Amino acid sequence: MAYSFPEEVLEHVFSFLSSERDRNAVSLVCKSWYDIDRWSRRRVFIGNCYAVSPGTVVRRFPEVRSIEIKGKPHFADFNLVPEGWGGFVLPWIAAMAGSYPWLEEIRLKRMVVTDHCLELISKSFKNFKVLVLNSCEGFSTDGLAAIASNCRNLRELDLRESEVDDLSGHWLSHFPDTYTSLVSLNISCLASEVSISALERLVGRCPNLRSLRLNRAVPLDRLAGLLRRAPQLVELGTGTYTAELRPDVLSSLSGAFSGLKELRSLSGFWDVVPAYLPAAYSVCSGITSLNLSYATIQNPDLTKLVSQCPNLQQLWVLDYIEDSGLEALAASCKDLQELRVFPSEPFVAEANVALTEQGLVSVSEGCPKLHSVLYFCRQMTNAALISIAQNRPNFTRFRLCIIEPRSPDYLTLQPLDVGFGAIVEHCKGLRRLSLAGLLTDRVFELIGTHAKKLEMLSVAFAGDSDLGLHHVLSGCESLRKLEIMDCPFGDKALLSNVEKLETMRSLWMSTCSVSFGACRLLGRKMQRLNVEVIDESGDRPETRPDNCLVEKLYVYRSVAGPRLDKPNYVWSMEEESPELIRS
Amino acid sequence: MDFHGNENLRATELRLGLPGTPDDPPKQSPPANKSNKRGFLEMASGSRSERSESGASNVDNRESTVPPTKTQIVGWPPIRSYRKNSLQQPKKADANASGTFVKVSMDGAPYLRKMDLKQYKSYPELLKALENMFTFSIGPGDHSERDYYKGSEYAPTYEDKDGDWMLVGDVPWNMFISSCKRLRIMRGQEAQGLTCL
Repeated sequence: MAYSFPEEVLEHVFSFLSSERDRNAVSLVCKSWYDIDRWSRRRVFIGNCYAVSPGTVVRRFPEVRSIEIKGKPHFADFNLVPEGWGGFVLPWIAAMAGSYPWLEEIRLKRMVVTDHCLELISKSFKNFKVLVLNSCEGFSTDGLAAIASNCRNLRELDLRESEVDDLSGHWLSHFPDTYTSLVSLNISCLASEVSISALERLVGRCPNLRSLRLNRAVPLDRLAGLLRRAPQLVELGTGTYTAELRPDVLSSLSGAFSGLKELRSLSGFWDVVPAYLPAAYSVCSGITSLNLSYATIQNPDLTKLVSQCPNLQQLWVLDYIEDSGLEALAASCKDLQELRVFPSEPFVAEANVALTEQGLVSVSEGCPKLHSVLYFCRQMTNAALISIAQNRPNFTRFRLCIIEPRSPDYLTLQPLDVGFGAIVEHCKGLRRLSLAGLLTDRVFELIGTHAKKLEMLSVAFAGDSDLGLHHVLSGCESLRKLEIMDCPFGDKALLSNVEKLETMRSLWMSTCSVSFGACRLLGRKMQRLNVEVIDESGDRPETRPDNCLVEKLYVYRSVAGPRLDKPNYVWSMEEESPELIRS
Repeated sequence: MDFHGNENLRATELRLGLPGTPDDPPKQSPPANKSNKRGFLEMASGSRSERSESGASNVDNRESTVPPTKTQIVGWPPIRSYRKNSLQQPKKADANASGTFVKVSMDGAPYLRKMDLKQYKSYPELLKALENMFTFSIGPGDHSERDYYKGSEYAPTYEDKDGDWMLVGDVPWNMFISSCKRLRIMRGQEAQGLTCL
């Protein structure tokens, strides 16, 4: 280019690009833009920790301040990925410790983080501010003590949904008395008790504290004391919400809640006793986000609470809300955008609550901004799905789970193909979809035809043949993540769509009909795909004939080659040769 | 191929079955991954129709304590473990049930007791109750003085939140109540060391 902007101008322009994808696109325009982006990139998102090596990232982007990394596949959340599979963050921390002395933020999801990693973080980054460990594991409260002791500028410590080896609550007392910069603390996943007085002192001396998510062990009668020390809170997660009913505790708690003028988000509510709910009523009118997914209260108390929140945008709740509660929700919460309904008895086939497809239909009718749904139920009809699709073409995320696998339309006994077909046809902006119920190859044909913006698809107990998988892989242009369990999809579909796999982040298939032979072919053919088979039988890979089916398959694109930290039950098919060649 | 014997094959067999049929294995808490190996031979040789008909596969489980409700498949329904766990906590019908009962042991006694700390308003009351419970004597006097254990053969100790063993009586009563996790009445040599402070 003969005339171009000075680098500083371009850099300034690039700084307005908040999306990773936009910055990646910009870096591909020309060498000079690549270099400018390279030196000015402050934030990096690694969707799969094995797609690229830490060294590569650190060399390309020398000035990073914030990194987000994801490890295990999503189905690890449901125990489908065995222990020791991987997702170790240590190599990343070690690489960054050397190259990013000014790193401020680390956000990890589904990764294995050890106490050693936490110590390394606490000592390597002088200006460290944000640590978010989402669904991580491998560390104990000792590691947290290191973070508390050493990170003078820490703003955020968020352990959401992580599995922590909870040795004691003593770690919290490691925050020095001089430490006052806490903005956000989420310890809701911890089991052990922290010293409430230490917590009170911490909360009391941090004037910028905006978000406090306590753990179950924090007793209700100490909550008021904490709230009075932090009237500026925007987000609160209570501890256990049960106590002997005492008027003094109730009025003290009510008073404390009414002081929270900025509160927008509420969660916690373990073991909730209805008598104490009114204490929180004063904040309800301002609440936009409510997580009652641990609250085992039933109607009418549950519906009453929810109906008091007219500005609600996000609701997570147990199916105790029932159809009647969802109808009330539809009537009172016109700003609702996201709804998640979790099952109170996930392992029982019979319905224990009066929650059916009707609840979801009501909400889809009454809430014009609703675009994200996760709904566990026990019955569904095509008519309901069609109705929902027509009511809410603005869905971006639609995840349905019918507890009993392969449940048909309970009125017509037909598969739910037509219903889900309506969803993908009407909801043109749909980015994430989880299917449910009895489904044939037909639904996949409809998905391949219509779901052009779909990025993530989850499938279980569905389809008739390879054609189903083929429809998805060949039709869904925007597909990035596909996870499949217990479907009769196999070699033909995979081997006909190998190039597609390189355009996606990952593919997971467990208990399907994929053979070892196909995996070996795939591994050899596609150099930039890692084809990993999980086989826990204890045998060696060479003993598997080509026609033997694989238990679990995880395929992901990578520029780092086969990974070196595999446990002995993960086999890299790139290193395997087909039978024909071996013999 | 990998045969582990008939037992395991039966356990991993895919079968037709409505929930609640007598042969269902009991309900389980989130299963260990290794316990749900599906028979490879079944899958490799089984017909398509057999697989698509089966509603569930049995899971070999040795840890269940809850009556049978449904056969379970690893990964199904798609719920996080911590959610399942928090739902399985026994619901407290009575708010009082969440009171401050702690285990109390006495060196040499054949079994432990439990007492509700909230019943007492002060150390002297607590010590008196302990004396009655185990029929021993902590020391002369009415325990209204601070030197409770002077010359006594017994020393009441408690485990606090941090897991440390402390002598009962040092901290204000309310602080003690909120941090005491269990009580142990020491006697003999060890107790002497404490009571001669």
